[in-house]
Amino acid sequence: MPYRILKRKDLIPGQTILMVVDAPMIASKSRPGNFVILRVSDKGERIPLTIADADAAAGTITIVFLVVGKTTAHLATLREGEDILDVCGPLGRPTHIEKSGPVICVGGGTGIAAMHHIAKGHHQAGNRVVAVIGARNKDLLLFCDELGSFCPEVLIATDDGSRGHKGFVTELLKSRLEEDKEIAEVVAVGPVPMMEAVAKVTLPFGVKTTVSLNSIMVDGIGMCGACRCTVGGKVRFACVDGPEFDGHAVDFQELKMRLGQFRTEEKISLEKFRGQS
Amino acid sequence: MSDIKKTTPKKGAPKKPKTPRTAMPEQPPMVRAANFLEVTLGYTGELAALEASRCLQCKTPLCRKGCPVEIDIPGFIGKLKAGDRDGAYQVLRQTNSLPAVCGRVCPQEVQCEGSCILGKKGEPVAIGRLERYVADSFAAENGCMQLTGERTCALPREIKVACIGSGPSSLTVAGYLSALGVKVTVFEALHELGGVLIYGIPEFRLPKDVVRREIEAMSALGVEFKTNWVGGKTILVQELLDQGYDAVFIGVGAGLPRFMDIPGESLIGVYSANEYLTRVNLGRAYAFPDYDTPVIRGKKVAVVGGGNVAMDSARTALRLGADQVTIVYRRTKGEMPARHEELEHALEEGVKLEILANPLRYNGDKERRLVSVTLERQKLGEPDASGRRSPQPTGETFDLPIDTAIIAIGTRPNPILLEATPELKLSKRGYIEVDPESGETAIPGVYAGGDIVTGAATVISAMGAGRRAARSIIRKLVGEDAVQ
Repeated sequence: MPYRILKRKDLIPGQTILMVVDAPMIASKSRPGNFVILRVSDKGERIPLTIADADAAAGTITIVFLVVGKTTAHLATLREGEDILDVCGPLGRPTHIEKSGPVICVGGGTGIAAMHHIAKGHHQAGNRVVAVIGARNKDLLLFCDELGSFCPEVLIATDDGSRGHKGFVTELLKSRLEEDKEIAEVVAVGPVPMMEAVAKVTLPFGVKTTVSLNSIMVDGIGMCGACRCTVGGKVRFACVDGPEFDGHAVDFQELKMRLGQFRTEEKISLEKFRGQS
Repeated sequence: MSDIKKTTPKKGAPKKPKTPRTAMPEQPPMVRAANFLEVTLGYTGELAALEASRCLQCKTPLCRKGCPVEIDIPGFIGKLKAGDRDGAYQVLRQTNSLPAVCGRVCPQEVQCEGSCILGKKGEPVAIGRLERYVADSFAAENGCMQLTGERTCALPREIKVACIGSGPSSLTVAGYLSALGVKVTVFEALHELGGVLIYGIPEFRLPKDVVRREIEAMSALGVEFKTNWVGGKTILVQELLDQGYDAVFIGVGAGLPRFMDIPGESLIGVYSANEYLTRVNLGRAYAFPDYDTPVIRGKKVAVVGGGNVAMDSARTALRLGADQVTIVYRRTKGEMPARHEELEHALEEGVKLEILANPLRYNGDKERRLVSVTLERQKLGEPDASGRRSPQPTGETFDLPIDTAIIAIGTRPNPILLEATPELKLSKRGYIEVDPESGETAIPGVYAGGDIVTGAATVISAMGAGRRAARSIIRKLVGEDAVQ
């Protein structure tokens, strides 16, 4: 069964790409927070990507990825009408969503795409969603319009002040938490330092904080433990126990180290690929 | 012991000359420790004939009772003795869908060969090697077009069966049922078929081509294989029943690797054996960067555990260029659950043993990279539930400098399918409970077998469970007399 790319859009040219992929079985089961494992070529590596949106009726899932290594660089060469070799999912536990009260969803960089799916889930459950998104500059902001279509507020931070608040999402988050005592939960998806900083900000407020971990995975179905992380002093597998965990209990230092364990090999692979193409 | 008397050849029969057990050619240890090619090379026709001639053709064969899938062992060896290799293959395939695999990975010393009457005084017939010879040489001549077109019974209607997982138990169900004309669909979560035969057992012990060949043979029989389908995620058991499958077989394996819950297990350089082997076997990390999946090529490696997975990991580490590989085991060599041949092969290749030692903690540098493991000396105490003398800590500790640790201490049940199927009844240990005779779970029409029922065990015991389930599926759907 081919996993055909029905639509492809360069959100940030050469850097961040959105693809709508034909995958009816995955689409019909997909819920916010789920991810897929995909493989682009016969000799390729399995990598996890969060599902940024799913349309059960159309039988499609949306993935958004940043070109960081060989697999994503290769994936970025595929055009509409071409197929992704393997797409497996939906994996991981879906986001725990119930009618709980106002939720702040924080997204950074490519993580905004995955956060958007979770925010939409909260909105559909009847929770008021405040979106807080950040990027280096205004051209790197994703999903502003999509978030604006259902979030009463979309707060924006850019490092250079080219749009919205000049500074970090955590500053916007902090002032919002100070003003708004009703917030039931904060969800953060983005680079590890951002999620760590969000958890640090929310801790004194005692607000439940959920982060989505992007650990290295091999099978994505619990078999190998490559994605293990320490949460509340216990070893958990991001693929089957997560990928979302209590941000106040995650050992972010360990996560950062483990994410970097194949940096040399990743560089070799990417350089080899760039040399060939 | 009365059984043994019955099987002894009649008095007065001429005594056979004592031929020693025929050795199987293999790559020399120092050559093979540097490549991923198969270690053992298999019998030639002459060697197979010589070894087959040792079989006494017992009237009440004990060997057959020792086989979880009850292969007619004297039957196939008898054909081989008579020069009828194809006939021998037909006999094997009657009860075994994967003879080329079993001939390589079964623990014959505790099964068929362990029961062989010749083994009481001397060495047993090399049944596994003969099985492998028959399967390999048949396939070499006939390719994957083996055994097509044969139907042993006419089914009264179309019967559809779904198997979740494509490891040894599911493949056995698929092979057995498809030979009877059942339409079987196999759903595999990974991108490649074969389950543990692909991601777990290394190329040098079970070449992937051998597995592929057996799977192609099943495709030729009409089995449909689907990859990237995760049971419990992409497809639910109930959906399969709703889609008109007459029965569902769950053979998803045990999966989740165990850790010891000691400090330092998340340091960089500490792997579960599952991760290490999956990277190398499924991901072909030994061919990085031609293949994309990386693995750390440690120079000083410790493997914790004494089973086949530990042996596979240690020998893999050697082949990836390690200078020193040490198997750390808390009991002694005699208690190791590994297949004898694997332990012997590992030692020949230069793997060291550190017995009566158990990890206390892994030590890392400031970048959280593994630099050593602290071990505690053990002594053997009283026998435990497994019948083996249990290790007791002595308090004496020492450090082993290592850059890679591979933890091969077993697995626990994978929660994905179990959580998605709450109607299944689970045992105290969290595995699926089945009727021991039929393999049927608490859900009517849904069967299970292999590691997800027993916990980590052998390929052949999973195949035995697959065979039992397949037999009860066909009996239930077609009638008691449908199969022997």
